[in-house]
Amino acid sequence: MQHRSEIRFLLNGRDVALTDVGADDTLLDFLRIDQRLTGSKEGCAEGDCGACTVLVGRLTDQGLRYETVNACIRFLASLDGCHVVTIEYLGGPEGRLSPVQQAMVDHHGSQCGFCTPGIVMSLYALWMAHEWPTVAQVETALQGNLCRCTGYAPIIRAAQAVTEYGTPSAEHLAMERDAIAARLQALRDDLRVVVNHGDSVAILPADVDDLAAVLAAQPEATIVAGSTDVGLWVTKFLKRLSPAVFIGHLDGLKSIDVSEDAVTMGAGVTYSEAQDVIAQHYPHLVAYWDRIAGWQVRNMGTVGGNIANGSPIGDTPPVLIALGASITLRKGDERREVSLEDFFIAYGNQDRGAGEFVESIRIPRVTGGFHAAYKISKRREEDISSVAVGMNVRVENGRVTAARLAFGGLAGVPARAAAAEAALLGQPWSEASLMAAAQKLPEDFQPLTDMRASADYRMTVAQNLFRRFWLEHAGEDVRLARA
Amino acid sequence: MKQTVSIRGAAHTDHIHDSATKHVSGAADYCDDIAEPMGTLHAYFGTANVAHATIENMDLSAVRAVPGVVGVLTASDVPGVNDVSPSGRHDEPLFATETVEFWGQVLFAVVAETRDIARRAAELAQITYAPLDHVIEADEAMAKGYPHVTDPMTLQRGDVAEGQAQAAHRIQGQMRIGGQDHLYLEGHIAFAMPGEDDDVIVHSSTQHPSEAQHMVAHVLGVPSNAVVVNVRRMGGGFGGKESQMNQYCAVAAMAAKKWNRAVKIRPDRDQDMESTGKRHDFVVDYDVAFEEDGCIQAVDGVFAARCGWTSDLSGPVTDRALFHADNAYFYPHVKLQSRPMKTNTVSNTAFRGFGGPQGVVAAERMIEEIAYKLGKDPLEVRKANFYGDAERNVTPYHQTVEDNVMPRLVDELERNSDYQARRQAVLDHNAKGGIIRKGISLTPVKFGISFTATWYNQAGALVHIYNDGSIMLNHGGTEMGQGLNIKIAQVVAEAFQVDVDTIKITKTTTEKVPNTSATAASSGTDLNGMAALNACEQIKERLIRWACDHFQVEALLVEFGPNVVYVGDKTFTFGEFIKQAYMARVQLWAAGFYKTPKIHWDREKGQGRPFYYFAYGAAVAEVSVDTLTGEYTVDRADVLHDVGKSLNPALDKGQVEGAFIQGMGWLTTEELKWDDKGRLRTHAPSTYKIPLAGDIPREFNVNLADWSENRELTIKRSKAVGEPPFMLPICVFEALGMAVASVADYAECPRLDAPATPECVLMAVERLRG
Repeated sequence: MQHRSEIRFLLNGRDVALTDVGADDTLLDFLRIDQRLTGSKEGCAEGDCGACTVLVGRLTDQGLRYETVNACIRFLASLDGCHVVTIEYLGGPEGRLSPVQQAMVDHHGSQCGFCTPGIVMSLYALWMAHEWPTVAQVETALQGNLCRCTGYAPIIRAAQAVTEYGTPSAEHLAMERDAIAARLQALRDDLRVVVNHGDSVAILPADVDDLAAVLAAQPEATIVAGSTDVGLWVTKFLKRLSPAVFIGHLDGLKSIDVSEDAVTMGAGVTYSEAQDVIAQHYPHLVAYWDRIAGWQVRNMGTVGGNIANGSPIGDTPPVLIALGASITLRKGDERREVSLEDFFIAYGNQDRGAGEFVESIRIPRVTGGFHAAYKISKRREEDISSVAVGMNVRVENGRVTAARLAFGGLAGVPARAAAAEAALLGQPWSEASLMAAAQKLPEDFQPLTDMRASADYRMTVAQNLFRRFWLEHAGEDVRLARA
Repeated sequence: MKQTVSIRGAAHTDHIHDSATKHVSGAADYCDDIAEPMGTLHAYFGTANVAHATIENMDLSAVRAVPGVVGVLTASDVPGVNDVSPSGRHDEPLFATETVEFWGQVLFAVVAETRDIARRAAELAQITYAPLDHVIEADEAMAKGYPHVTDPMTLQRGDVAEGQAQAAHRIQGQMRIGGQDHLYLEGHIAFAMPGEDDDVIVHSSTQHPSEAQHMVAHVLGVPSNAVVVNVRRMGGGFGGKESQMNQYCAVAAMAAKKWNRAVKIRPDRDQDMESTGKRHDFVVDYDVAFEEDGCIQAVDGVFAARCGWTSDLSGPVTDRALFHADNAYFYPHVKLQSRPMKTNTVSNTAFRGFGGPQGVVAAERMIEEIAYKLGKDPLEVRKANFYGDAERNVTPYHQTVEDNVMPRLVDELERNSDYQARRQAVLDHNAKGGIIRKGISLTPVKFGISFTATWYNQAGALVHIYNDGSIMLNHGGTEMGQGLNIKIAQVVAEAFQVDVDTIKITKTTTEKVPNTSATAASSGTDLNGMAALNACEQIKERLIRWACDHFQVEALLVEFGPNVVYVGDKTFTFGEFIKQAYMARVQLWAAGFYKTPKIHWDREKGQGRPFYYFAYGAAVAEVSVDTLTGEYTVDRADVLHDVGKSLNPALDKGQVEGAFIQGMGWLTTEELKWDDKGRLRTHAPSTYKIPLAGDIPREFNVNLADWSENRELTIKRSKAVGEPPFMLPICVFEALGMAVASVADYAECPRLDAPATPECVLMAVERLRG
């Protein structure tokens, strides 16, 4: 197949074309080392601190869309066709400060200043979307940004005052929007892209069929979607990814179809892209969704990736299993559908063959019944769950006629609680029935102790959540205001 | 005519951080942002992956064989002394030789053409170990007869046995207090450039350039005058860069001299957290005797600290824990002992508060014990035990508290935060017995200011006025975000009555001011501000003497006004005046010096005046706790803090807010966990959770006590602000305790250990429910 052997994107105002790009070259190293754009900082190299936050603009079916991403775990190859905006570009050509920056200065929003460029980028993205953000919106926008000096209070004050300094539409990034879109459009050639840096190879398939072809030819290739987990394999564990197949750019994996009985989303849909459809059709997941990682990671990470990497502590599998979700796996032109609960066989072992990839996720729509999703973590936001729970129960004539109770963090895989479900089935819908089911949970799971939580805590809290499930649906006030 | 306008950036006015516009635009250069000279090499540490063992063999041939690797450094390559101990005890080898004492200890450094090559090559070392038993916990170390890393201290006053015998009640208990990683956003880094002869220049992110200089010289075997250490700014320090940077500076310098090329070393976050020290974890055994009215009669406390494998700063840290085990309270009879225990963990080090917070939190636990026992509001017990003015005013270390503003501070806060009504509302809410319980607490902080190592309480500064009237300011302190530079620039601006932007604050360098103390102990502004003022006064005196002579006026008629100088009936711009002084051959620069008066300390006797003065503060927090999960939110916090007459209220408020949240993190979600093998499992932000924007109190009212002035002659009557507010959020911790205690109707002290993670809170709820 005809292919292109260079990565092309816009960096701030410039066109960049790169041939020497390997599978595991990161955007942050490119910015800091190759380009000497040192405003973006490396604080953790694992997508947690946000000091490296930059904006990435990409043409979507809704036009040019900018999102915050962590440059430390974003691979350079994945930027083909994108507009990368760094802190150095915010002020515009005259070097003035943007309103976000001026507000940060006037409200004493920086102390040591190391996290500041990343914070400014997150606040900038927020401001482009909300001229007068609420405190809750600011907090959500900053979930992926750590500051160790200020205690955030002055940053929140600054974020709420930005519009006193200007309007988003007057920003040069807004004014040159059409021109940038045209330049990005001009970069498109719908070709497969294959680049290498030494023996490290990165492949960007032209479309989903081409992805199937690439994987058929190189079944052992590493599939990279949002790189929010794979990125750490490189930055923390020094793994080599080559050959890596990048799929984050594939529009064919970004479809979201809503039918009578289900929502089907492509495996490349990010958490952020899924947010609206989740809110509309699965209201019990709204608060939960906002607690998946931080904003940058939600902009990069995909639901498909969260499933395919098979982690026992991924946030989406428990709640999707509880909803009865299934996935479509594809190899070449062959497709098969697997229920999500069956996909996870054992720790580190999923029902995905060589050359096979997750193409889409089908989530049945909820009709009636009781639904809940709970995440327990040491820190409320941007933390990996110690326990994640999806509970979906159908009740007819006062009795439980169907129960799907799925847990993450209690075993080597996200899994349903068979004994607890059995104990609940056919019982009256009552607190007593739920507590009796909770008593069965130790038959289903024997959790481990690690740095996130002890086995005792995991089990105790999981059992207590049965009670919360009841009380919540009985209308009692059992949620913390911010939870 | 005299102008009435004032200068920009005068003392006691709000002013932005001098680097603020650079911070927000990414233009502020940190060490890793300095342009690298051609041929720059990168070093990386190879570290031990065992907690305690004898090294049987270290095969580095695979490391050396990697293309791009220039060489490897081990103990045998050290030209001077293989030691980077800041305590002078020579107990901290730069490179391990025969034994490994903790998981993460430095064994060797690999030097390569790129950081990536060095990092990957370091993984290829083949080390064989003969494992030895290891000890992680301080109490375990005591039980197993592990040594102290440094001499313990005892503070004693009165007769504890007599106090206990007389008192109506007596409670014994134990509290475990977790450590804390600094998680400065910029990790450790050093960047060395070789010079001629023995010379080497090291750029680093260190709070203690002079010590780094001495340590580099010590390791290289050269005099200190061959080594220059430069610090423009740090991306956070918090104590973590006081002594911990030594090993990085030493290795960068060693490699730079060996290969005659610039060498940079920057660990990744995991290695940074595994291989550098943290706040000390403590196990405190307390025995408190008290009367029916809540008044304490006697306190007997043993403070055991996890110090790690070397002494580092554990001596003064554990001392300071004892110095603060009284917090704001008078103990008629008291005995406090420290146990600085060696453990097979990274050597713990300075961290904002320097042991003080652990002392204070233990004091507050004893107050809680008394309050729950007697069924009183803990605030009532606190007030009953506050230091008095004329009596009940002597600390366990025999220093008289002369500047006590605590009663006023607490009364104001109690009133302004509506504490009493809110406490009643919390009690009423909890009485309904719901799942969500609330807690409220008001806790005070009294914190002693001065290095307890008396000789550290000195500072130097260098002030140049160039003949165009522009001013260069240099001092021995380092800028890590606290606003030290701008505050001192404000002092200088005030002295000469010039706009603060006339003053260029230059990087800290051992070339300009020698023998500096660490920027630590909250002392940066107190010490360096006074030294800078001293330099200004020397220059002013010369200028005035010259002006009197030249213009034939009395000294009283020479006056520095806003950007002008009045001489008799003449008015000059500052620049004109300086130009004339220059032409008249007046020396326009000066080196200033300061040493803190009044202080003295006899550690053997446990008596003296270690502190020049005390800083005070108090805070109220209200929390909600989910008793099904242990999760919680901080709904409101109110702070009233004493910074004396603030040099820059906006920045001081920022210090208070930031310290509060950092302290809250220490007591809530920041948890250090070691596994059975002695490996730290929380070594990056993915596993170690500092507060986020969404964790801060929903309503957060922070005020400075604007009526306060330091009764001592400190710089412009201000007070230190870095550390004291770190202890304010103990109120959050105790409010969580109250919410937990509500499930057992407050009949029992909740005895939360720190940090009170959701797990810790839920397990306490389950325990109290029985």
